[in-house]
Amino acid sequence: MAAVRARVLIRPKEGILDPQGKAVEGALPALGFEGIGHVRVGRMVELEVEDPERLGELCEKLLANPLIEDYEIERLDGGG
Amino acid sequence: MRWGVLQFPGSCDERDALHACSLLGEARLVWHEDRDLAGIDAVVVPGGFSYGDYLRAGAIARFSPAMEAVAGFAAAGGPVLGICNGFQVLCEAGLLPGALLLNESMRFTCRQLDLIPADPGADGPKSADIARFSAHRPRLSIPAKHGEGRYWAPDDALDALEERGQVAYRYAPGQNPNGSARDIAGVRNEAGNVVGLMPHPEHAVDPLTGSTDGLRVFEAIAEARP
Repeated sequence: MAAVRARVLIRPKEGILDPQGKAVEGALPALGFEGIGHVRVGRMVELEVEDPERLGELCEKLLANPLIEDYEIERLDGGG
Repeated sequence: MRWGVLQFPGSCDERDALHACSLLGEARLVWHEDRDLAGIDAVVVPGGFSYGDYLRAGAIARFSPAMEAVAGFAAAGGPVLGICNGFQVLCEAGLLPGALLLNESMRFTCRQLDLIPADPGADGPKSADIARFSAHRPRLSIPAKHGEGRYWAPDDALDALEERGQVAYRYAPGQNPNGSARDIAGVRNEAGNVVGLMPHPEHAVDPLTGSTDGLRVFEAIAEARP
């Protein structure tokens, strides 16, 4: 079975304090970047998977902690 | 009382935990690839940075053979104490509710602080009562050292934890080092045999280091033995 390339984006759930996002947001005006808000810092995982149907389970069990994080799965080379 | 102290690649507090346990009984290390908990009466999941804390603190340790054995041990009523990274592992494993997030300050914190034990049942104070409660309560002087210790759970889950007496330890008023919800420093499972906390009782068992209050945390988990 050919492996499918996929990308998983993981970010803190809305409503959970994200101190990294806050710090980045706080640093931007000093560098002259104004008008930027709601910065959230998350993680990105790229992988190759033979059975993409299992990606959701993989995210729920390991890549994300569903209590505190949302995730999105992107398949990078087409396919259903 | 025979204690087993887990050891993962990246653990760093297992020796102090072993020493603390040996003051209360026999103690041995359990390597992360070992599933054999035969003869062990209580398990300690120690602090450190298991598997480098890759992905999320505790996320990978939870899948180790030793942790699978601990899940069975806990389900059978065996007492389990998770300290710092061990607390994170137990939350990731679903043996304890909630999660530990990056400290609000984003800084690693390392300080001696006061903990208030909250007994289960009627003695477990609600967050609204905590200041009044803590005035009459002996405090435990114990060090905390962590970067990801901000206890978090959804509000309704926190209400339920308080309702069921599952808050095991709180930071004394004004001493919350990490932004934890409702000053929660440690929680227990519904059955009461699994307890996790961020501060380090194993570093407070000898007068040489300023406090022996940590022993009471180990004694409390020993009492959870069925």
